[in-house]
Amino acid sequence: MSPLAFFEWLAETPWSVDLHESQYAYPLIESVHVWTLCLFFGTVVMFDLRLLGWTMRKVPVSEVLDRLLPWTIAGFVIMVISGTLLFFAIPLRSYQSIFFRGKLLLMLLAGLNVWLFHSRVYPKVAAPDQVGVPPRAARVAGAVSLALWIGIIFSGRMIAYNWFDCDRQPQQAILNFLTSCVPGEAGQ
Amino acid sequence: MSLLPFFQWCYQTPVGEAIRESTWLFPLIEAFHLVGLGLTAGAVLLVDLRLLGVGLTRQPVAQLSAAAEPWLLGSVTLMFASGIPLFLSESMKCYYSFAFWVKMTSLFLVLLFTFTVRRRVTRSGLTSDRPLLGRFTALISLGLWCGVAWGGRWIGFS
Repeated sequence: MSPLAFFEWLAETPWSVDLHESQYAYPLIESVHVWTLCLFFGTVVMFDLRLLGWTMRKVPVSEVLDRLLPWTIAGFVIMVISGTLLFFAIPLRSYQSIFFRGKLLLMLLAGLNVWLFHSRVYPKVAAPDQVGVPPRAARVAGAVSLALWIGIIFSGRMIAYNWFDCDRQPQQAILNFLTSCVPGEAGQ
Repeated sequence: MSLLPFFQWCYQTPVGEAIRESTWLFPLIEAFHLVGLGLTAGAVLLVDLRLLGVGLTRQPVAQLSAAAEPWLLGSVTLMFASGIPLFLSESMKCYYSFAFWVKMTSLFLVLLFTFTVRRRVTRSGLTSDRPLLGRFTALISLGLWCGVAWGGRWIGFS
C-alpha cells in the first residue's frame, strides 16, 4: 500500500471523519496543542537562552537543565499526542502539505541537534560549578535550537493555509514533486 | 456607551486594510504572535513553576523573577506589536467573538496581577516562609495566561 493510499484510507475512517467534523473536539485538541506549546517551547527557550549566556548566568547550566527538562519532556509528549490527533483528523491534506513536511524536516534537525548537544557538548558544560557564559559549542547548540523551534512554529502555523494544496492547481512542478502531488489523480 | 464605533474605526484603518488585502501578512504576523506567546510562557513559567515548589527550586524567587523580567517585558511587547495589527485587520469579527472578550478580559487581569500582586510577592522574599502564598499567586497567573492562550486560539474558530 502506498503512503498516499494509506492516508486516503485513513481519511475515510469514521474516527477521522468524526474528529474532522466535530464542533468541539478538534478546537479543543488544537487548544491543548497551543497550551503545551507554551510549556514545551517556553522551557526550551529559557534553557536555550541560558546556553547562550543571555539569562541566569549565575545558575549552573546543569541545574537549569535538570530542573526544566522534565517539564520540557512532559510538554513534548502532550504535543506529540495532540499533534498526532490533529494529523489524524486531516491526514491526507496534512500528508501532502508542504508546510507539514517542512515542519517534520525541521523537527528531525532539532532532534539531531538535541542528540549532538547531549552526546558531545553537554558533558563539557555539565560540571556543577559551570556558571557564566558557556563555551562556543554550547552557545551554537542553543542558537540552532531556538532557530529551529521558531521555524517549526512558523511552519506549523502555516499548515492551516491552503495556498499550496494539491487541489489548488496549477502549482509549480517542484512543489507538486515535494508534496507527492499528482494533479488530476487521487489525493485531491 | 457601545464600543462598536471604535471597532468599526479600527477595521477601517490603513493597517487593517493592508493586512486584509494581503495573502501573506496575516499568517506571517500571526506566526510572530505565536512565537511571542511561547516566549512569554517561558518567562512566566520560570517564575511560576518555582512559586509552585517545582522547577528551579534552589534559586531564590526574587533572583529568578529578576532574570525573567526583561524577557517577559520583551515578549509581551512583541505580543502587542503583532497582536494589534492582527486585531485591526479583523476587529469586526473580534467584536462579535466570545473568545476575543474572554482573551481581553484575561489579558487585562493577568497584566494587572503580574505587575502588582505577583511582582510584590516575587520581590518580597515572603514565599520562603509562606509557600502557600507563592502557590496561590502562580495558580492565578497560570490560569489567567491559559485563558489568554485559549481565547487567542479560539478566535480563529469563530
